[in-house]
Amino acid sequence: MNLSTRRVRAIFHRELREYRRNRSIVVAIAIFPLIFLIQPLFVVFLAHDVSSASLSQMHLLLYMLAIPVLTPPMLAGYAVAGERQHGTLEPVLTTPIRREEFLVGKALAVLVPSAAIAYVVYALFLALVALFAEPSVASAIIQVPDILAQVLFTPLLGALSVWIGLAFSTRASDVRVAQQLSLLGSLPLVLVTSLIAFNVIHATLGLAVSLAALLLIADVLGWRAVSPLFDRERLVAGSR
Amino acid sequence: MGPGEAESNRGEVPPSVAIGADVALSVDHLSKRFGDRLAFDDVSFTVGRGEVFGFLGPNGAGKTTIVRTLGTLLTPTSGSATVAGLPLTPENGVEIRRRIAVMPESPGLYLRLSVAENLECFADLYEVPRASERIANALELVNLTDRAGDACGTLSRGLRQRVALARALLSDPEVLFLDEPTAGLDPVAAREVHELIVGLRMRGVTIFLTTHRLEEAERLCDRVAILNTTLRTIGRPAELRDRLFPRTIAITTAAPIREPTQVFAGLPAVDGWRSDGGASYLLTVSDPTVAAPAVTRALVAAGADVLEIGQSQHSLEDVYLELISDDVEASGR
Ligand SMILES: Nc1ncnc2c1ncn2[C@@H]1O[C@H](COP(=O)(O)OP(=O)(O)OP(=O)(O)O)[C@@H](O)[C@H]1O
Ligand SMILES: [Mg+2]
Repeated sequence: MNLSTRRVRAIFHRELREYRRNRSIVVAIAIFPLIFLIQPLFVVFLAHDVSSASLSQMHLLLYMLAIPVLTPPMLAGYAVAGERQHGTLEPVLTTPIRREEFLVGKALAVLVPSAAIAYVVYALFLALVALFAEPSVASAIIQVPDILAQVLFTPLLGALSVWIGLAFSTRASDVRVAQQLSLLGSLPLVLVTSLIAFNVIHATLGLAVSLAALLLIADVLGWRAVSPLFDRERLVAGSR
Repeated sequence: MGPGEAESNRGEVPPSVAIGADVALSVDHLSKRFGDRLAFDDVSFTVGRGEVFGFLGPNGAGKTTIVRTLGTLLTPTSGSATVAGLPLTPENGVEIRRRIAVMPESPGLYLRLSVAENLECFADLYEVPRASERIANALELVNLTDRAGDACGTLSRGLRQRVALARALLSDPEVLFLDEPTAGLDPVAAREVHELIVGLRMRGVTIFLTTHRLEEAERLCDRVAILNTTLRTIGRPAELRDRLFPRTIAITTAAPIREPTQVFAGLPAVDGWRSDGGASYLLTVSDPTVAAPAVTRALVAAGADVLEIGQSQHSLEDVYLELISDDVEASGR
């Protein structure tokens, strides 16, 4: 199936315009990134027992991978259910758009800002650590493989979280329910990244590669998995 | 004129029309049910290309559901249909939607976005070429050029309705579905929409219009259908009137006629008469052009001073009320 890039872009742009006009969305999006920025900073700068040795046992940067997982649920949960609740979905569905185009446009509109925020927060964290932390602590935290993993896994995890959110948004009849369930559905991903960050699961190259491959497959197939849930009839006529 | 003109008096569409290329919509025994509730049942009709087809019916009659079904948003429970030359099947959904446009019952605009931004989004969804030109045109057609930059949330209900109409015009559709396009519009704005519809009709756009405004249907539509879950009747407004109501001549004289039975009895083309109070009389006639001169002569011969004589017209509203009140009585039994 060939998706129309123009239609996908139309959905994407409209959504971004909407975020820009809506301050409260911007504030709400920023909450999780800030929480997951403050805690590592606390560990680095304020915890008394912090030593470069204990830090090098952990992968503090990977802990921050919770950001791209936890930012999307709110936006993705709203994406379909919200439009439906506001009555803006019906006109869109009367256009020649395919559900896949709609979903891909929506997914990108959630993923791109979420990943962008995540990268900005990482950069901020790395800059603060590099500039103000003790050199030994800084060198324990800033490890090239961790940075690479952080950069690579951000969109991979983010996209999966987006699809989970869109799946709930497509099925739920209420926006709040969709957002709550999306968040719950994404939590297992945070669990995995946190276990790796705190070295409960040992981070190895093999693990990283197989995890990346798995996520990539799930992300690429995401729109195919969510599309069948997107039923025009139920979305237009189902109870609201 | 649409093929509705070629119809028999009964208002039923000859089968030959239904397969021709000049058919924009053909609906065959279509039904839709939501669980136990029948939204519409066993509906059949044909709309010719370039025709303005009116769909009338009380609240809950199934008008919106038909629009949604023909617009590929809902799957019919049974029956079949052809929309803009394509059979109504799930596989044809995208192609059908490319050829039609729907203005839904509620405008469903993105309220935080401006009028122009709303239209930009839909121009892209329809992949219209030279989008900005088309948007400017559509805005001009609905008289909203000066509000293009306003957020839709700041517009009044009627203005939003017009934005929705502009949105439906972007893609230059073959068939345009308008679900109560003038609901909530002031008389001037409604008149503008009517003129717009007339203009679209002249450009050969087929228009499927649902409305509660009977004078609107009467003025604009080549044919109308009256729906109340099932199709009650279908035909040209004038035809429906004649079918339901006998033609009448109304007479007013200066003073009551002394022996009206003697005056009116046996006149050509006059089937009966009744007093309409005071010195007024209503005559049912089979052919007013024959009856009226004869009645005038008879009145003059009887020494009555005729103040007024004319055909009394039933409106489409009378037709509608007659049909729908039948339904109410039937369901009350
Ligand atoms: N999604 C739905 N689920 C269940 N029943 C529905 C649904 N949509 C419509 N109906 C029912 O189908 C019938 C027809 O509804 P519809 O909206 O088509 O009427 P309408 O003719 O457009 O009425 P109105 O003039 O009020 O707009 C009604 O009885 C309605 O309650
Ligand atoms: Mg309706």
